[in-house]
This record gives sequence, C-alpha cells and structure tokens, in this order.
Amino acid sequence: MSYLNSQDIHQFRNRILSISGEDASKCIQCGKCSAGCPISPEMDVQPNQVLRLIQINDPDALLRCSTIWICASCQTCSVRCPEEIDIAKIMDSIRKLALEAKGPLGEENVVKFDEIFLDSIRKRGRVHELELVMKYNLALRQPFKDAHLGPVMFARGKLGFLGHKIKELGKIKEIFQNSKRLLKP
Amino acid sequence: MQVGYYPGCSLESSAKEFDLSIRAIFQAMEVSLKEIPDWNCCGASPAHYLNEELAMALPYRNLVKAEEAGLDRVISPCPACYSHLKHVHEEVSKERHLAERLGTIVGKRYKGGVVSKHLLDFLKEDIGSERLKTSIKVSLNGLKVASYYGCLTRLPGVDIDDLENPILMDEIIGALGGEPLDWSHKTECCGASLSVSRTEIALRLVNAILEAAKGRGADCIAVACPLCQSNLDTRQGDIHKKYGTTYGIPILYLSQLIGLAQKLDYSQLGLDRLVITPKNLLIEKGIIEK
Repeated sequence: MSYLNSQDIHQFRNRILSISGEDASKCIQCGKCSAGCPISPEMDVQPNQVLRLIQINDPDALLRCSTIWICASCQTCSVRCPEEIDIAKIMDSIRKLALEAKGPLGEENVVKFDEIFLDSIRKRGRVHELELVMKYNLALRQPFKDAHLGPVMFARGKLGFLGHKIKELGKIKEIFQNSKRLLKP
Repeated sequence: MQVGYYPGCSLESSAKEFDLSIRAIFQAMEVSLKEIPDWNCCGASPAHYLNEELAMALPYRNLVKAEEAGLDRVISPCPACYSHLKHVHEEVSKERHLAERLGTIVGKRYKGGVVSKHLLDFLKEDIGSERLKTSIKVSLNGLKVASYYGCLTRLPGVDIDDLENPILMDEIIGALGGEPLDWSHKTECCGASLSVSRTEIALRLVNAILEAAKGRGADCIAVACPLCQSNLDTRQGDIHKKYGTTYGIPILYLSQLIGLAQKLDYSQLGLDRLVITPKNLLIEKGIIEK
C-alpha cells in the first residue's frame, strides 16, 4: 500500500498534472466514464479506478495495467465527465510514463504495432498499410493472422503494394532526430 | 473555387475509394482540389505517447507546406489527419514557445494562415446546401441510411457538430433524397486500430454497431472516416464466424452517396472497391441502372 507510506501522497497526481495539464484529484468517482466506456468489458482497471489510483498515489498498478493500452482514445469519457477531466488525455500520459518506467507493459502488442507504425513514417514519410500489418504480424510470429482478408482486399484494389515515399525524406529523418519524447519532461 | 487537399495515408490504399469519390464530387461542384505538396503522415495515434514533439512536428510540417503552396484552406477527409492539423494550428497560435520549438524542429516557421476543414464542415459551410442541391441529378429514393460518426466529433481540435448526437451527415443524406435514420450507435467506437492488435475487441464493437443499424432497418451505413469504413466493412465475415450473425450491410462513404445522387459513374466513385457490394441494393432502389 504505497499510498500509506508515501512522503508525498500527491506525487503521481502532480506528475500527471504536469505532463497533461489534467487534475485527477477533481474526480468525484461518479463512474460515468466507466459506464460509457466501450472497451470497459476488456479492461483490467476501469477508467474511474484509474483516476482513483492516481488519487491514492498508486502508480505501480497503473504502469503495468492493460487498460491504458486498449483505451481507443474515443474520448467518450472525456466529453461526459461532469468535472471536465480529459480522461483520455490522462490515459495517454500514463502510457508515456509506463514507457519511461521501462518495466513490463500491460499490452506489449499494442506498443509493438505503434512502434512499427512510426518506423514506417520514419522510412517513407507516410504509412504503408500493407507493410505495416505484415511487419506487425511477422513480429508477433502470427504471419497468417488476417491473411484471409488478403484476397478480397486485393480484388477490391485496397492493397497498395509499393507504397509511397515522400521527396523530402531527409527532412523527415531530421524531424525524428530533433523531436524529444516529452514536451514537458 | 480552389481548396487545399490533404488525403492522408489511408486514402492512398485501403480507402482509395474515399479519395476517388471526393475528387469526383468536387469536380462535379466545380471545386478544384490542390494537394499539399509532398505531404507526410500526421503521426496518427502512435506518435502521441511515443514521441510528443514528433506528434506535433509532423502536422506542423504539413501546415508549412500548405502555407508555402499558398493554400489558405485545407480539406482533410480523414478525421485523425483533420484533428491533428487543426489541433497543432490552434496550439501554436496560443503558445509562442511551442511555435518556436516546432519551427526549430522542422526548420521552417508556420505563420498561422491555414484553416483546416473536414469534409462535413466544408460541405456545410463552404459549399452550402443550395450549391450541393444544384449538383444533384437523381434522388436516393428513400434509401434508409444510418449515419455513423464514431469519435469524429469528439477528437481534439474538432468542433463541427454535436458531440453525441451529430446531424451533419443526416442533413446531407436528407438533401440527397435518402432517409436518415435516428439510431443508437451514431457515435459508438469502432475499435480503431484495435482491429489489428486486439481484433476480438473490435469485432465485439463492430457487431454491436451493425446490429443496431440492422435493427432500425438500415439499407446501408454512411461513414466519413477510413478506419470506421474499414472496420465496419472488412470485418463482417469475421463477425459472422464469431457471432453467427449475417448482416451484409454495405458501408458507403458519404462522398460516394453524394456522387450517386450526382449520377456519377459507379467505378469512378470507387463503389466496386467496397467489400460488401452495394450494387444490388442500389439497383433495387432505382438509384443506378442494371
């Protein structure tokens, strides 16, 4: 029970506040976010519980939970919160902190997908959808997942085989090199 | 009328028909689209938490390129692309430090002169219902259409319609002679990229959306997002396998419905690219000929 021994019980709340501008201590635990969340059946920590865990300064449970990675950022919680807390933005900041903590992640696959996605942009300036999905399925050693969609997608002209590369690729590489992971470290 | 155009990555492959139909309907309304020269990906959702500065610098470069090309208005058909361009534009107008930082990263300064538009607000505000109506040649003959918006109206920077009961698409469908349905799942989530990484979650969400549309007697669903279209259209076979439900509901882009009412060619609108084919439905309703 880290919150009982903590020197500063607002430590995690302050960290979230500084990177997202959102104050979890305003949460009144009405539960509206969890009630409206389309992904809540699959979540191991409900959205209102995420806020509660921030309030009681228990980052460990949050940094390794699955919830933050399967949140689809649909913003339903954010627009319904009576305290006007942007909960989706808080989910996003916990993702950043989970990566920073370098511990095991609740959903390694989601992160893998997103990393391959960014890599595609770095190499081409644009995302090559077919390459993205194939690289992801290969990385997960499941090369035939969704392969059944291949023939119909091909027949409908939905698979771009070559993909595009932009002209100023050097500029994109520069932007990648110059960008820092956090705006407010 | 000349307008900037930011198609985004999906419109080059899985959502090619969104691109084709947008180009076709605007040509019919005498709007010329000029692509942002050498545009790059907006960074979509992954850049957000993997690299915050990158998530803003990528759209920032597109704003710079648009401005350099003299484009003062840019249409982004993809809601994520649209949200990112608009959000970054708004943030740099508010925060000078951020503007300077992004200018350093990208190596060029954006002066702030690009107005971002999604297809829906562009049609309403810039085209207007009169101009749209004069381009219409055939009626959609009471086609029952469930308009599906997903998270479009709630994305950061987006302020074009009611957050939970949007009506922009419904109004257009009504103007085309279709019957817009009042239904429960207009703004429910389609699962977005979970369709790849946690497919079973997306199947559950899409099944619920299709079930709701079918329950209201929808002939088809109208969308204005490449990811919504892809999840709702390509996953109907997987849903049949998992849940035993058979929908066969065609998922059309709003731009394709407009093009049909403008009597544009079926394949020019990319209608032959949809997985669930709308052909028989459209013939049955007397919207296209056999």
